[in-house]
Amino acid sequence: MSVQPAVRAEGEKPATREMFYAEALGDALRLEMRRDPNVLVFGEDIAQHGGAFGVTKGLLDEFGPKRIRNTPISEIGIVGAAVGAALTGLRPVVELMYVDFAGLAMDQVVNQAAQNRFMFGGQARVPMVLRTQGGSGRGNAAQHSKSLEAWFAHVAGLKLVMPATPADAKGLLASAIRDDNPVIFLEHKLLYRTKGDVPVGEHLLPLGTADVKRQGRDLTIVTWSREVVFALEAADNLAAEGIEAEVLDLRTLVPLDKETILASIRKTHRALVVHEAIKRAGYGAEIVSLIVEEAFDRAAKELAS
Amino acid sequence: MSALDRATALELYRVMRTIRQFEARAVQLFGENKIWGTIHSYAGQEGVAVGVCAHLRDDDWITSTHRGHGHCIAKGADVGRMFAELLGRETGYCRGRGGSMHIADTSKGNLGANGIVGGGIPIATGAALTATYTGSDRVAVSFFGDGGANQGTLHESMNLAAIWKLPVLFVCENNQYAETNPVKDAFAVEDISLRAAGYGMPGVRVNGQDVRETYRVAADAVARARSGLGPTFIVAETYRYEGHYYGDPQVYRTKDEIEDWRAKRDPLVIARTWLTTDRLASEADLARVDREVDAEIEKGVAFAEAGEPASPIRLPEDVYAG
Ligand SMILES: Cc1ncc(C[n+]2csc(CCOP(=O)(O)OP(=O)(O)O)c2C)c(N)n1
Ligand SMILES: [Mg+2]
Repeated sequence: MSVQPAVRAEGEKPATREMFYAEALGDALRLEMRRDPNVLVFGEDIAQHGGAFGVTKGLLDEFGPKRIRNTPISEIGIVGAAVGAALTGLRPVVELMYVDFAGLAMDQVVNQAAQNRFMFGGQARVPMVLRTQGGSGRGNAAQHSKSLEAWFAHVAGLKLVMPATPADAKGLLASAIRDDNPVIFLEHKLLYRTKGDVPVGEHLLPLGTADVKRQGRDLTIVTWSREVVFALEAADNLAAEGIEAEVLDLRTLVPLDKETILASIRKTHRALVVHEAIKRAGYGAEIVSLIVEEAFDRAAKELAS
Repeated sequence: MSALDRATALELYRVMRTIRQFEARAVQLFGENKIWGTIHSYAGQEGVAVGVCAHLRDDDWITSTHRGHGHCIAKGADVGRMFAELLGRETGYCRGRGGSMHIADTSKGNLGANGIVGGGIPIATGAALTATYTGSDRVAVSFFGDGGANQGTLHESMNLAAIWKLPVLFVCENNQYAETNPVKDAFAVEDISLRAAGYGMPGVRVNGQDVRETYRVAADAVARARSGLGPTFIVAETYRYEGHYYGDPQVYRTKDEIEDWRAKRDPLVIARTWLTTDRLASEADLARVDREVDAEIEKGVAFAEAGEPASPIRLPEDVYAG
């Protein structure tokens, strides 16, 4: 999998502005739509209303109804239309209001978007982004609160992004739109109103690079999406007790930045994996298995065998 | 509609005959254990794909089904590369990765057969969105069966295409069965095309066994789509001669029924009859076309058999675009 280069040289400080996470996503959409006329956005209530969480607010005014389209409530129809549009040269960004509705669209994601390239012997590209949001904590009950990243992570052919901060949300969405593969972009409903400094103008973060959100020597906390917020809080509390936790935000689950995880654990020798999803068969288990396979000391391996 | 000219008429026959021979040869190769996976024969339904695709340009798109060889040939595919795909060769359309049920030929706008019943319908709708979005007069056609017509994808896509006035033809090939399930057990109406009214688009029921009829109906629908007037729903009544798949015991229908369709409603026999009675072709012309088609098919099989077996899959680059 290719990783797109970051545009800015290391060390150079970009101009930033404080933005909400939702605003930062909208900023990425706006800039990518200005840059590439083949980018269009569609989904339920995303035009005048700006989407259930306000991400697409204002885009209709700038880009008009050809490029910002409301759709009927037809999840498989619209996701499939995005697949067809992507196969034929556009770069659609399709919004599903809740990840819990993905079940209705899953065939187009799993059997079509993800597999076209392989099964057509490389003849096809499916450059589409499926944006949606998940997570609990807003009292929305079980049909509007799930964390379903493991469903998508299990499917070969998809990339999977789950940003935790406004700056990451912007940089990763821009890269997702430019990527030639179907990218599942999972936002968190309780991050939309969080604020952070976001680079102004073009901001690209490569898919497949984790970010050390806090340095530490005693423990590595591997996490993603909203759990990053809690992990940082926990790390502050631990610091008061003299324990320095490193907080590693995966940002992209597929492709996975194994090297950053392994490097951190080789340093701290302790790992804690935290995610919001159901534990059984969750993506966290994948991280634990990676650690067991690749980060155990040789001595530990010999003992175990 | 004006009468078919000689060249067009003979070409329609040639393509139908190519499909028929392709399927005959594919069944033979399957019997020789040379084909991986499974095959679904299009024999008997040739009038549908050929009458519709005759109006399409190379830059128009189709989506096809598990029973996709006919659509693929009608859209201009090379039979050698198709056989190579069936035989799992590197020289096949999908480098042997897809096989019969997944042949795609994007250079001719064929966005693929599909192993998922109804799976291609929204994809054709999305291609039609590209056509309008880019301001072109390209069109998309989605072929699907009577079984596919009962997938939710058709409902969602017909509605989306109608409200967005997308240049797409929804072509239902009612071959009377979905696997073993007869249409009378799957629809409460006899005329499936009635559904179109509920979406605000024209619905046409056509005799799929007479290529002149499918050609005429598709001409109108394609012209409508190209001029920005939106989608059309076409239901072609047709019949498949072979079992659902190679080796199907076919307990759900009688030999008499199959013989009746073959004897009275065969698309090739019907075409030969009007071609000669309307003096568009002589028996000698037809015999020449048949010989040319047979030669093309044999050349295709030879090409396929000479191809290298599919190379080992490379990961991740065969799955992910770089
Ligand atoms: C979603 C889905 N359900 C079921 C199947 C199994 N299956 C394959 S073909 C078929 C029958 C399809 O009937 P129809 O659409 O009428 O096409 P035909 O085979 O008659 O050409 C079925 C049930 C499948 N491949 N995909
Ligand atoms: Mg059928």
